[in-house]
Amino acid sequence: MRYSEVRDHLAQFRVGIAGAGGLGSNCAVALARSGIGTIVVSDYDVIEPANLNRQYYFTSQVGMQKSTALKENISRINPDITVIAHTEKLDKNNIAEIFVGCDVVVEAFDRDDMKQMLIETVLSKMPGTPVVIGSGLAGWGNSEAIRYRKADDTIYICGDESTAVDDDMPPMAPRVGMVANMQANTVVEILMKKTRDYFRP
Amino acid sequence: MKIILNNREEELETDVLSVSKMLEMKKFSFRMRIIKVNGILVPKEEYDTTLIQDGDNVLMLYLMSGG
Repeated sequence: MRYSEVRDHLAQFRVGIAGAGGLGSNCAVALARSGIGTIVVSDYDVIEPANLNRQYYFTSQVGMQKSTALKENISRINPDITVIAHTEKLDKNNIAEIFVGCDVVVEAFDRDDMKQMLIETVLSKMPGTPVVIGSGLAGWGNSEAIRYRKADDTIYICGDESTAVDDDMPPMAPRVGMVANMQANTVVEILMKKTRDYFRP
Repeated sequence: MKIILNNREEELETDVLSVSKMLEMKKFSFRMRIIKVNGILVPKEEYDTTLIQDGDNVLMLYLMSGG
């Protein structure tokens, strides 16, 4: 299939990204470059200098809301992509509303308890919607441990599933970027198999 | 009883147990997980009340901090 056909196909879909940190910002940029039509991104946090070791932001954006800055960066990469940026904190009660109509949801949080909350909420309140999880990306090296697997029809996991971030295992651009791009690759794979069965204006 | 845990057969020395008890027995380490029993999500609030029985298919994955 030619790239122009891939891009036209992907333009029909809407992808939700929960979190605009290391995973979310890099995944969103890869999806925007691939031509995903609409990206809904949600993050309540602002950019701090320490985030620039791995997140897709610039020094001039320190202090900005992450989701707003990500929308700006994507518009500079591909102005044809629609980015809907939310700045409220995601919780059990607003997730289904914020990501309504999304064909896939990417779990891109930092903390493990937030990952659990997001995944449980999507699986229970948005039945049938695939969730692409990032789990295990701390430190450096150990490239061969990073993998992709499909647990069932709605759960896809990217990461090494064994390293957690702590003081001696910081998140760094290379491994975070690998997992983020693996998540984006998984989204593309899911959507390339999918046909739109209704028209969304 | 025998269950399938993450696609592997496991023999447990009991006839029925809660999800919480299974986590304790198996000494699973990381604190955040996603659990499905026979394809149905078991949210964390229901770990104590959801029972696992002979023949059940349990899916469990760990969530690692970092993003």
